[in-house]
Amino acid sequence: MPKDHGIGASSKRREDVRFLTGDGNYTDDINVHGQAYVHFLRSDVAHGRLTSVDTSEAGKMPGVVRIFTGADFEGVGGLPCGWCVTDRHGEPMQEPGHPVLAQGKVRHVGDPIAAVVADTPEQARDAAEAIIADIEEFPAVVDMKAALKEGAPKVHDDLSSNLCYDWGFVEENREAVDKAIQEAAHVTTLELVNQRLVANPMEPRVAIGEYSRARDEHTLYTTSQNPHVIRLLMGAFVLGIPEHKLRVVAPDVGGGFGSKIFHYAEEAFCTFAAKAVNRPVKWTSSRSEAFMTDAHGRDHVTKIELALDADNNFTALRTDTHANMGAYLSTFAPSVPTWLHGTLMAGNYRTPLIYVNVKAVFTNTVPVDAYRGAGRPEATYQLERVIDKAARELGVDPIALRRQNFVTEFPYATPVAVEYDTGDYNATMDKLEEIADLKGFAARRKESEARGRLRGLGVNCYIEACGIAPSNLVGQLGARAGLYESATVRVNATGGLVVMTGSHSHGQGHETSFAQVVADMIGIDENMVDIVHGDTANTPMGMGTYGSRSIAVGGSAMVRATEKIIAKAKKIAAHLLEASDADIELKDGAFTVAGTDKSVAWGDVTLAAYVPHNYPLEDIEPGLEETAFYDPANFTYPAGAYACEVELDPETGKVTVERFAAADDFGNIINPMIVDGQVHGGIGQGIGQALLESCAYDENGQLLSASYMDYAMPRADDVPFYSVDHSCSTPCTHNPLGVKGCGEAGAIGSPPAVVNAVIDAMQSGGHKVDHIDMPVSPSRVWTAMNG
Amino acid sequence: MYNFEFERPTSVADAVKALGQEEAQPLAGGQTLIPTLKQRLAMPSKLVSLSGISEMKGITQEGRTLVVGAATVHADVAADGTIAALSDLAGNIGDPAVRNRGTIGGSVANNDPSACYPAAALGLGATIVTDRREIAADDFFTGMFETALDEGEIVTAVKFPQPEAAAYAKFEQPASRFALVGVFVARTGEGVRVAVTGASEGGVFRWREAETALASDFSAGALDGMAPEADDMISDLHGSAAYRAHLVGVMARRAVAAAR
Amino acid sequence: MPQVSMTVNGKPASGEAEGRTLLSQFLRETLGLTGTHVGCDTSQCGACVVHVDGKAVKACTMFALEAEGADVATIEGQAAPDGTLNPIQQAFQDHHGLQCGFCTPGMVMSAAALLKENPKPSEAEIRDYLEGNLCRCTGYHNIVKAIMAASGQDVGALAAE
Ligand SMILES: Cc1cc2nc3c(=O)[nH]c(=O)nc-3n(C[C@H](O)[C@H](O)[C@H](O)COP(=O)(O)OP(=O)(O)OC[C@H]3O[C@@H](n4cnc5c(N)ncnc54)[C@H](O)[C@@H]3O)c2cc1C
Ligand code: FES
Ligand code: FES
Repeated sequence: MPKDHGIGASSKRREDVRFLTGDGNYTDDINVHGQAYVHFLRSDVAHGRLTSVDTSEAGKMPGVVRIFTGADFEGVGGLPCGWCVTDRHGEPMQEPGHPVLAQGKVRHVGDPIAAVVADTPEQARDAAEAIIADIEEFPAVVDMKAALKEGAPKVHDDLSSNLCYDWGFVEENREAVDKAIQEAAHVTTLELVNQRLVANPMEPRVAIGEYSRARDEHTLYTTSQNPHVIRLLMGAFVLGIPEHKLRVVAPDVGGGFGSKIFHYAEEAFCTFAAKAVNRPVKWTSSRSEAFMTDAHGRDHVTKIELALDADNNFTALRTDTHANMGAYLSTFAPSVPTWLHGTLMAGNYRTPLIYVNVKAVFTNTVPVDAYRGAGRPEATYQLERVIDKAARELGVDPIALRRQNFVTEFPYATPVAVEYDTGDYNATMDKLEEIADLKGFAARRKESEARGRLRGLGVNCYIEACGIAPSNLVGQLGARAGLYESATVRVNATGGLVVMTGSHSHGQGHETSFAQVVADMIGIDENMVDIVHGDTANTPMGMGTYGSRSIAVGGSAMVRATEKIIAKAKKIAAHLLEASDADIELKDGAFTVAGTDKSVAWGDVTLAAYVPHNYPLEDIEPGLEETAFYDPANFTYPAGAYACEVELDPETGKVTVERFAAADDFGNIINPMIVDGQVHGGIGQGIGQALLESCAYDENGQLLSASYMDYAMPRADDVPFYSVDHSCSTPCTHNPLGVKGCGEAGAIGSPPAVVNAVIDAMQSGGHKVDHIDMPVSPSRVWTAMNG
Repeated sequence: MYNFEFERPTSVADAVKALGQEEAQPLAGGQTLIPTLKQRLAMPSKLVSLSGISEMKGITQEGRTLVVGAATVHADVAADGTIAALSDLAGNIGDPAVRNRGTIGGSVANNDPSACYPAAALGLGATIVTDRREIAADDFFTGMFETALDEGEIVTAVKFPQPEAAAYAKFEQPASRFALVGVFVARTGEGVRVAVTGASEGGVFRWREAETALASDFSAGALDGMAPEADDMISDLHGSAAYRAHLVGVMARRAVAAAR
Repeated sequence: MPQVSMTVNGKPASGEAEGRTLLSQFLRETLGLTGTHVGCDTSQCGACVVHVDGKAVKACTMFALEAEGADVATIEGQAAPDGTLNPIQQAFQDHHGLQCGFCTPGMVMSAAALLKENPKPSEAEIRDYLEGNLCRCTGYHNIVKAIMAASGQDVGALAAE
């Protein structure tokens, strides 16, 4: 019987009503009295020296309030990078400066050169067009391997080369891995590209800076997944504003998928300019601007080698990856190809020896950072593609080969530094075989073939590390911030609760699922609990939402705070019931003395806390409000198995996804409906990556896929209904809810399933194609089959 | 976008007069023009909306000719059904909201190399009617985004002869969903016409070899193994010239097979 | 500046508009109806879909002055005056057809136009009709399901309950 309330119930989302009636409050819906608008003049060349920026004519145009250039930001800090990676030789990465407005050079198409603040957006744009920016154009570096060649143009003149770092993991294993590969019975090698993507949340970014002279206070409204992180980075590193003078508000945010984690120049600009012109300053990104300013994702080029013994056991794995950083280091960019990627290379398998090499490279392109999955999709894709290829080369069943090599005993310490606490990979694979109806595939293939179509089946597993992250561990790995989460639970006198969380919800439904947890713990109606997030003025310092961390870390903080509330409330109840607090039980919103029918209601206890007439004032303070910070002991490790069936039209090369099934182990589930939705969305994006999406540059660094005219977003008719299941559950062992997180799984697990299916379809038609790069577009498929 | 004056005349004559102003431009459905203006790629002094001119709207039958007013929206052509191939084509342009605004006149006047209507007009041997003359489709489409229209001349209607059999086969570009390749095939009393859109640098064109092959045998098999030269085909992110040339053959065969 | 008058959600509305003022801008900025969203500048995302004289159109691809005298319906006018959601809105909530909510107004307005034309659309017809409405969050699964449910079809048997 499905539950109808509390943990495990598919409670309807309370946030939906405002979104369904047009009553949401997105950043662009906010207009501050007297606001001016900014338009950024952006570089239309990928690389060059700014020889002069003449704003004299532009400054005289109607409505112009002030024009800013790089010179205005000379005394101001640059945009900081939040993670320092140490290379194979123990040296820190090369870390270039990242000015708010370009200084001296422009380094990618879209790099901001000047900013016009004017009374209306159109006036700002008119004046921006009148600015004369002279740029001495340099050859651009776009291809990563070319960027590392001797004599390649340097993106940053003050760095020794375009190499950000050369990372080896685990460096001590390098020789042993080489040896194992040399001695292996079989080695499968695959070279592949995990193409550059654009996150494309449907809401473009917006920033509004506001400044009060009287109070010397700054407010920034911004489309962010983590307002506290922006406050810290921008306040401490860019503008030098202490936290108590800087409020950052991220109201309703229309999707993020990683791209709204980072601190962007436009946020710092609006905050800075609002004080400089003593007027609120608003920036609304157009979609065209978003394509050249939102951090991109992925962009790895990899060679992977899998060694197997004569019995098809995996013996070693070696990867060599080039990871594009773009022109500057975005906030978390260095961590993505390293700690979020190398640590996952063991996948679901017992491979005793693993060595991962990653060269991070600067190019004249938009900075690349985390996009849904961040590093883990790249790891999963390589591994699950190479296993499929190995199975084909060895003539064995790809599922059997996976099962044979599964990790089956937990906890399991991988050779790449992480320890999986729980899991049952055979169980999710069994479940997948059932829900994907793999038995029926042969018949479906026959039916497709009768219509002149090829049909392919692709299966893969994935594992991810979520619940980011134990602070002391990530500190050792180079993180410059803690990665705990926080919650304040405030109980009102009449028993209602407000939970102020440092997590942020931009589609994940925290306002509903977090309330379910607290209501369940106390045994009260969910409607008595409200969740507040997104405003640094009324939430405790938190690290925000990304990396599928909210329920595992933010939820745990909330549980801890609620536990403190309950502990205190029990003391009050004990006093009211004249019993010992050890004997007090809380159930269904009432405190009872164990073994008696003496009880007091939740609301009477909360009232006593605020009207302490009859109250143990000697022992405890009045009031009922608690805060907890939760720092996780380990990552969580959601895992699962995915299957995709495609049909391929051999005449045109067009691939359609006919069926998609996902069996996930997310540990305990708070709201199954929301979890399903997260998986659906991830699969949609994964199918998008596999078949449609590609952010492409030409050799001069011009963005070719600069709008939805050329960047193919998945649409409703590109995808089927998905069959998803999360009944296989091995609860996380180290957080109070036993949850693992589910936000990224779909995007991580689905691309290899799709590509494996396409290869299978081509093979079934007699085409000896063993690899094709994403996006698997019709033209690529046709070329592969007819090349 | 840059600002402009806005005028909404109610007759063709007034519209032509309004277009006499320097840099004035007609606005039909705006489904192409408005995105262009947003990018500031055009700077008209005045937009003359054609949406209030009732004589430019609607679909009428004159003998064996279908006359479609230039301001008729795609959705209305899709719903008409007199020439099934034409209605199918219109019903597959863009999405419902685009079809509720975009017009046939705007589409042919714009002559986007990936647009659908130019293929129908050329494939059916249509006549483009303007405020001052009638132009055969063969003479109207003169190259990518180029037509025979003079400055200030507006398309008022497009006349389509009823074919014996026709169909349009479109292979969509995955992002824009315009035609990566679209082929319109029609058999009429005067012979077979095959018009190709999306593929060529020169915009919509007639594939003469296919027409010849189909004249003697109007069947998909007659085109087996045939594809036009790849030389002046478009090559871009979404497909090479060779791929497009191949697709022309495939889509032509599919159109012939579907023709009714 | 020219003046424009129209009916919005059944009530008269008027205001100043330049030639270039888009209907989406007029709704959002002049009338304060910020439920109509803007997600792109190439007329492709559909976050801005409203009804003009009963037809779904992209409010970002129509000038305010073109709506002179028109009857415009936006997301703000969909629920009953007492706040009761209409059947499409209710189905979106019941079946989790929205996550971040940004595409939602356009989705609901497109769905309403579809069901008016085709009261019991098939899955394929729904997917086809939504060609101009992008959603980045839901993978479309629950949107399609919600629209089927809103049209009175039994969605209990669909995959992935
Ligand atoms: C999302 C989207 C998807 C689309 N998909 C497709 C597709 O798949 N296939 C396709 O073919 N098209 C597609 N289009 C384009 C659409 O069909 C346009 O409606 C059409 O190209 C232009 O028609 P319009 O009425 O909107 O013209 P407008 O945009 O108003 O005008 C276009 C040009 O024609 C001029 N003009 C307009 N009317 C006349 C006239 N009567 N006489 C002289 N000049 C005139 C204008 O001055 C302007 O230069 C798509 C558009 C969008 C936004
Ligand atoms: S805002 Fe994207 S279509 Fe209107
Ligand atoms: S719900 Fe976020 S874009 Fe659709």
